[in-house]
Amino acid sequence: MTLSLTETFVQLLYLGASILFVLGLKDLGDAQTARRGVLLAEIGMVAAVAGTLLYGVGVTQVIVRWEWIVVALLIGSAVGTGMGLWIPMTKMPERIALSHAFGGLAVGLVGVVEYLQHGGPHMTTLQITATGLEVALGALTFTGSIMAFGKLQGFITGRPVTYPGQNLSNMLMIVGTLGLIGLLVYSPDASWAFYSVAALGVLLGVLLVLPIGGADMPVVICLLNSYAGLAAAATGFALGNNVLIICGALDGFSGFLLGMMMSKAMNRSFANVLFGAFGAAPEAKAVTEGAAPSGPAPNVGSVEEAAEVLRAARSVIVVPGYGMAVSQAQHAVRDLANVLQANGCDVRYAIHPVAGRMPGHMNVLLAEANVPYDHLFDLDVINDDFTATDVALVVGANDVVNPAARSNQSSPIYGMPILSADMAKTCVVLKRSLNPGFAGIENELFVRSNTMMVLGDAKKTLMQFTAALRE
Amino acid sequence: MSLTLIFGLYVFFLAAFTGYQVISKVPHLLHTPLMAFTNAISGISLVGSLLAAGGHYGTVSTMLGAVAVLAATINVVGGFLITDRMLRMFKKKGGAR
Repeated sequence: MTLSLTETFVQLLYLGASILFVLGLKDLGDAQTARRGVLLAEIGMVAAVAGTLLYGVGVTQVIVRWEWIVVALLIGSAVGTGMGLWIPMTKMPERIALSHAFGGLAVGLVGVVEYLQHGGPHMTTLQITATGLEVALGALTFTGSIMAFGKLQGFITGRPVTYPGQNLSNMLMIVGTLGLIGLLVYSPDASWAFYSVAALGVLLGVLLVLPIGGADMPVVICLLNSYAGLAAAATGFALGNNVLIICGALDGFSGFLLGMMMSKAMNRSFANVLFGAFGAAPEAKAVTEGAAPSGPAPNVGSVEEAAEVLRAARSVIVVPGYGMAVSQAQHAVRDLANVLQANGCDVRYAIHPVAGRMPGHMNVLLAEANVPYDHLFDLDVINDDFTATDVALVVGANDVVNPAARSNQSSPIYGMPILSADMAKTCVVLKRSLNPGFAGIENELFVRSNTMMVLGDAKKTLMQFTAALRE
Repeated sequence: MSLTLIFGLYVFFLAAFTGYQVISKVPHLLHTPLMAFTNAISGISLVGSLLAAGGHYGTVSTMLGAVAVLAATINVVGGFLITDRMLRMFKKKGGAR
């Protein structure tokens, strides 16, 4: 089959776009070249959009009206620009969750339109299967991401919501969705089945995210990223468009891979994160079996005492956690580090892979505060250095420094690789209160003899440290 | 099974393996920009939504298509801008500012 000149050009544009996307991703592997990677992908996107418009006008004459395309492109660009430029870095997990929602919505709607257009007996087996999967995944990603967004923002409870038979009913719904897609293959004009698939997708998105706790959000966000990609790939199969399949596969695999890394960093399986309702039960368990909650009282220190410890320190490792993001303390951390460094103290940062609410969350916040990225170290690189460090400064981190993960087999986080902040000569922990952390697990680090707890808002405390050290 | 499906599966799996290779080399440091970046390129669903919004299949199709274009455009424009904004902040010691 020989293509017309115009269609050849369109296909070459798609091919070029695909190559540029892969090259862009490759450039993202190094902070030095990453911005070039973004530029390459932007060129790829312009090529793909130009190719599509050319295809719609010059090859198939499908595009006959422009007013809605123009309006949607203009409004979308304006909203996108606003979100791109003004969303604060601390809100990055929320913005990523929201964009997964948009992605799922777009793909799901395209699927519905495809069915409306070609619906019924005109669709091949491949088209109807792909469209069904596309709509199911798109809808699921849409509502699942809205749920994730709500949990991050706090208008939906961050605690896992569980009820009896939850996993069974979810499983039945997944099987039901697949069954309906199978039915559509045999009777493609059963529109009730098609819309039921969409409705089940919407429902599943809500129900699957409901039992997942806030601390597990990194994995969920990765998975939603993956679903959004797979939905786009399904669109590619439905439309017979390779650039969609390629982008979908890249996106789907990226999310999947990141999710795997995150669950590995928590020493848990995917299945455990998704169906284990982490953090629901351990509260009671931790109190009874945890590290002697009635034992030694935490050693609470004043700002002045902690500042003295920091003044004497020659080496400090900062361990940031979600609390740093909540209190927006990244700039205060950097100011303190500046003063310490001026004092001749060596300051480094230890970043746990699941610190925060999304992969790389802490890195971005510290980068925003102008902390050079060669001062940030991954867990496996820096963990052995804690023993030779004067002060480990824990800023709003909890589970990722809980020694129970090493020693207490009954702890829900047993086996998770943790940062050895407790090995430092002194461990200064900044925490809002003595209440157990989000997951409700007792942290024996807080009652260790070499730990000093400084209670209060992390940002304020850090600023007081800085002021005390400047005197 | 149709040949189209087989070709599609080839493309899908080869892209997935390429993605695996390339993405596993992205350091932890850049994982948030990576997510924002893949978000932006997943806006490629514009390819489908533009055809839906410009078609003559009735008002419902056009409206749904327009909303899809809107959502995908927000992701593309916002995703690239925010990725670049983050990457601009990553500096080595002794770098600018």
